Amino acid sequence: MLRFIFKRLLMIIPVIIGISFIIFSIMALTPGDPARLILGESASQTDVELLREEMGLNDNFLIRYVDYMKDVVRGDFGLSYRNRIPVYDEVFARFPNTLVLAFWGITLSVLIGVPIGIISAVKQYSILDTMSLGAALVLASIPAFWLGLMLILLFSLKLNLLPSTGVETWKNFVLPSITLAAGTMATLIRMTRSTMLEVIRQDYIRTAKAKGAGERRLIFKHALRNALLPVITIIGINFGFQLGGAMIIETVFAMPGLGTLMITSVRMKDTPMVMASVLFVAVAVSLVNLLVDLLYSFIDPRIKSQYSKS
Amino acid sequence: MSEKLLVINNLFVDYETDEETVHAINGLNLVINKGETLGLVGETGAGKSTTALSIMKLLPEKVGIIESGSIMLEDIDITNTTEADMRLLRGNSISMIFQDPMTSLNPILTIGDQIAEVLELHRKDMNKEQISKKVDEILELVGLPPERKSEYPHQFSGGMKQRVVIAIALACEPKLLLADEPTTALDVTIQAQVLEMMSDLKEKLNTSMLLITHDLGVVAETCDRVAIMYAGEIIELGTDENIFESQNHHPYTVGLFGSIPDLTKVTKRLNPIDGLMPDPTDLPAGCVFHTRCPKCMEMCKTEKPKEKVMGSHMIKCHLYD
Amino acid sequence: MIKQKSGIKRKYKKRSQIKSIMFRYKKNKLAMFGLVMLIIMILIAIFANFIVDYEVDAVKQVMKERLLAPNKDHIFGTDAYGRDIYARIVFGARISLFVGLITITLSLAGGAIIGATAGYYGGKVDNVLMRIMDIFLAIPSILLAISIVAALGAGLFNLLLAMSISQVPRFARIVRSSILTIKDQEFIEAAKACGTKDSRIIIKHILPNAIGPIIVQATLTMASTILTISSLSFIGLGIQAPTPEWGSMLSDGKSQMRYYPHLVIIPGIAIMMAVMSLNLIGDGLRDALDPRLKN
Repeated sequence: MLRFIFKRLLMIIPVIIGISFIIFSIMALTPGDPARLILGESASQTDVELLREEMGLNDNFLIRYVDYMKDVVRGDFGLSYRNRIPVYDEVFARFPNTLVLAFWGITLSVLIGVPIGIISAVKQYSILDTMSLGAALVLASIPAFWLGLMLILLFSLKLNLLPSTGVETWKNFVLPSITLAAGTMATLIRMTRSTMLEVIRQDYIRTAKAKGAGERRLIFKHALRNALLPVITIIGINFGFQLGGAMIIETVFAMPGLGTLMITSVRMKDTPMVMASVLFVAVAVSLVNLLVDLLYSFIDPRIKSQYSKS
Repeated sequence: MSEKLLVINNLFVDYETDEETVHAINGLNLVINKGETLGLVGETGAGKSTTALSIMKLLPEKVGIIESGSIMLEDIDITNTTEADMRLLRGNSISMIFQDPMTSLNPILTIGDQIAEVLELHRKDMNKEQISKKVDEILELVGLPPERKSEYPHQFSGGMKQRVVIAIALACEPKLLLADEPTTALDVTIQAQVLEMMSDLKEKLNTSMLLITHDLGVVAETCDRVAIMYAGEIIELGTDENIFESQNHHPYTVGLFGSIPDLTKVTKRLNPIDGLMPDPTDLPAGCVFHTRCPKCMEMCKTEKPKEKVMGSHMIKCHLYD
Repeated sequence: MIKQKSGIKRKYKKRSQIKSIMFRYKKNKLAMFGLVMLIIMILIAIFANFIVDYEVDAVKQVMKERLLAPNKDHIFGTDAYGRDIYARIVFGARISLFVGLITITLSLAGGAIIGATAGYYGGKVDNVLMRIMDIFLAIPSILLAISIVAALGAGLFNLLLAMSISQVPRFARIVRSSILTIKDQEFIEAAKACGTKDSRIIIKHILPNAIGPIIVQATLTMASTILTISSLSFIGLGIQAPTPEWGSMLSDGKSQMRYYPHLVIIPGIAIMMAVMSLNLIGDGLRDALDPRLKN
């Protein structure tokens, strides 16, 4: 089992390299001279050239990439093009906010979405079922940033119950988390419902019924664990999407997180900042995927034996 | 003291969907005696599984409906038993095993757990230790090593899985075991083993069995009496002797036997029975077999034949009126 | 379960597969509602010029008439520059649907080529291509789109490019898995055993079965594309002013939202309806193509 974990951790590396390479290339296509941007319009061309040499900007693109990655491995993410502060400090300060937001987003969507999906499936075609599906449809169709704005309108501006910006207290995270949870909740409700429906029709449920098992036992002991397997996969796959959504939501709620940092940096063509942010996100997503796979194997003994063998 | 364990009287079962009503069982009469194995034979679609599901009251919710008739298990009226009470009977007094062992077991629970479950449900008098011991006993009884009870279904072969299924079904020593084509999905050699094991257990526990199958060979080997089902009715019923050796038969039965390929004869063609089973949403009037019957008479088209009883042999055909 | 066999002649006519799919779709009221909504939107988008005048209503700034609540002259009110919101919504429909359509066409084409190659040839080709797709999939698509747009600059063409690239992996996966599933099924073996040519196998057997899930995915992807475009415009990296786009309208209205909520409520509803209609259609198609999945 440990071998499996180790192997997976190793596999993250090529993925990180791939992602960083892609983003680096994209940023390198950026028209505009970072040295010029830093020194300003009035600086002399000689000074600009000197800075370019210093920053290694005249080197071949591949060399620049390799150099960058070599630095990264040592923990040096470079200096921001915009204000020359160490990138690592800035990113590290902001990353927790984004993580907390993403975490609450997922947690809320699971805590609310999964039970609704289960009830929907068990009471198929009832009013509850129709309402859940309707809610899922609406949630899936609402733009997240619009939902955020509407929530701010209602709870901050009109009712004055919750703050609309910043990250000081837990209250600041309430509205953003709900906004983020909405989209995934829709998917979870539907997925949970459809896998539960599928599982309920399986032969082994029939066998359990023939043993004299009652509804509660059928659902909780037999159906649920089997139905949760695909749902967990969805949660994992969705994490990347969550982080992306978190970025936009941070903009709406003016939260100092990785999202707002990335958007500003991309606009300002601050490559080191963008690269570091992307790397953080990529590592986070990969680790979460690994975690999900491990969780999966704990629930499904068939997978566990596969992993143990490898 | 009556010998009868299960008495089904004039049973009618329908499947009602939005589009149509399927008349699955039409006037079924059946008796199973204590300690005997009754074979229920018929083509696919005759209503055999539906019969078993009706006895367990496991028909699909809202769709499967017992329209009329009665099912009596000794003195319990199953047709009027509540769902809560049925749960007390299922796995306890009546057990059922299904056709496909590959999908009948829950993949994420150990087989020990799954066998123990039926004991947990019905033997409240047993504590954990006793249940665990009993699970070991049963596993040995079906020919599986008790050490393997913490393993998962995917680690067993098809034949072994079916043994587990049988173990679950017999754990509480039920009075009646309904076996719906238990060996059809297995290799022929495993089939023989499993059938033999089932017979042994049946003897030991004095369980009655309803063995549903379309394989006449299996019937000859393991059953005391045989019922032949067609389009939701029993059209012939009797002991092994009656069915395999008597000269009198329902024309359908003749067709069934005749359609079995004979290894000793050299023939160019097989002998199927002409036509297909009637559409259960639109059954013919009169005798349900008359459209395919080579001996069809005028009255067969309009009058339903009654059950003609000759000793232990029953034939539902106008030829024997 | 009773299998029904009938020796009598069939009472109903045999429907062609497409007709039965259409029949099942029509039976689904919600799906039909979605279809109707989409058709209305498409008509509005196409005939926008006939409904409102672009220059006068949507673009020209009339400071005298700014920030009016909905009234009889401007049924959705006006924005901070005096522009009629109704007119901007109407033209916004054209932009959203247009960009969405182009995006899925391009990404479907790209994805289909990659996915088909990977699926059909298998082995190393498959491995390499799918690893690359996985890497792209690991990047949140918004991030990828933002990066591309920021690098190349904002503007319609770059936006289309960015959106298309970000959706290619999804289609590549679907096309590949359709091809893999069908390639291995027995009826393909049967066809080969009868001596059918490869091309005929692909056209007659593989394609019709693969098209279903692809179309469903295309519809649903178009829905999420519209969401992404409006998100991008919201943060200023999508469609640029003064072109009316629902997302940028929301961004414009955000600062005035407290006293003029109509500025943000209305464009959001427009987005929601567009996305919802596409979702309904996608779901309806999915149910119509394989009714077994429903129950």
